[in-house]
Amino acid sequence: MYFSNLVELWNMAGHGPYVWSAYAISFIVLAAIIVIPAKHYRQQLKHIRQQQSDNC
Amino acid sequence: MASWQWFHRLGSPKWLSGTIDRWLPWVLGLGSVLLLVSAIWGLAFTPPDYKQGNSFRIIYIHVPTAIVALAAYYVMAIAGAVSIIWRMKVADMALRAIAPVGAALTFLALVTGAIWGKPTWGAYWIWQDARLTSMLLLFFLYLGIMALHDAYQNSASGNRAAAIMSLVGTVNIPIIYKSVDWWSSLHQPATLKFTEESTIATEMLQPLMLAIPGAYLFFIAAVMMQLRVQIARNEKNTRWMAERAAQ
Repeated sequence: MYFSNLVELWNMAGHGPYVWSAYAISFIVLAAIIVIPAKHYRQQLKHIRQQQSDNC
Repeated sequence: MASWQWFHRLGSPKWLSGTIDRWLPWVLGLGSVLLLVSAIWGLAFTPPDYKQGNSFRIIYIHVPTAIVALAAYYVMAIAGAVSIIWRMKVADMALRAIAPVGAALTFLALVTGAIWGKPTWGAYWIWQDARLTSMLLLFFLYLGIMALHDAYQNSASGNRAAAIMSLVGTVNIPIIYKSVDWWSSLHQPATLKFTEESTIATEMLQPLMLAIPGAYLFFIAAVMMQLRVQIARNEKNTRWMAERAAQ
């Protein structure tokens, strides 16, 4: 590791808040563009199953 | 002609859906691993920039998201052209699938850039910078295309309007690329170059070389997931979709 300890890694000589917030926002948005369509897909499959059982 | 079969199959939602199911775990898995490794490498192991200090570590998320946000627009505009010329259903689906993912990536490029700008330039945002404003325009183009899809009751009209808007918006793409060369701005010029040697130290470049393909794969996975939802909605009354849902 470049930093000598975890506190230094967290602080990044004053740039910590910028760097970590940028990565945190990126993680949230990247997770959202996978999780949201995954949820919609599951809902749609469930909807199709319900439709099927209504027809039977 | 056998070489044309893939082109016809591409128009088949059943084939497309099966292909997505097969490839999605690998594309998403590899993309996520590449992004994760590059983030850990770039955050903790690369030395800081001699001028900017540690804030430069934002590069490993800013540059990949910005590159893919632009590339996504190209692909989306090509889909728009295909939709207008050949009226292929799959082209409209691709256009719809790419727009939200492209918007999310452009948003990330803008936000990470703004956060990087504060310790580097002393400001989150400057309207006088052409790279920043043209990138903001890209974000609005993506949002506009998403809004057009939803605005029309008749989805064929919505698809056509969105396709036309995607083509008109391509004017913005060369402006974004060339903005740092045409107008002197705060935004630094490109450090990655294809035609000459890149102006970035090798040890700083290495994590970026993982993050860029990682972002492309992640983008492809996100688009596949959007496509899958659309296929499930469009084909909800078909027998094969019912069988898939029952599994």
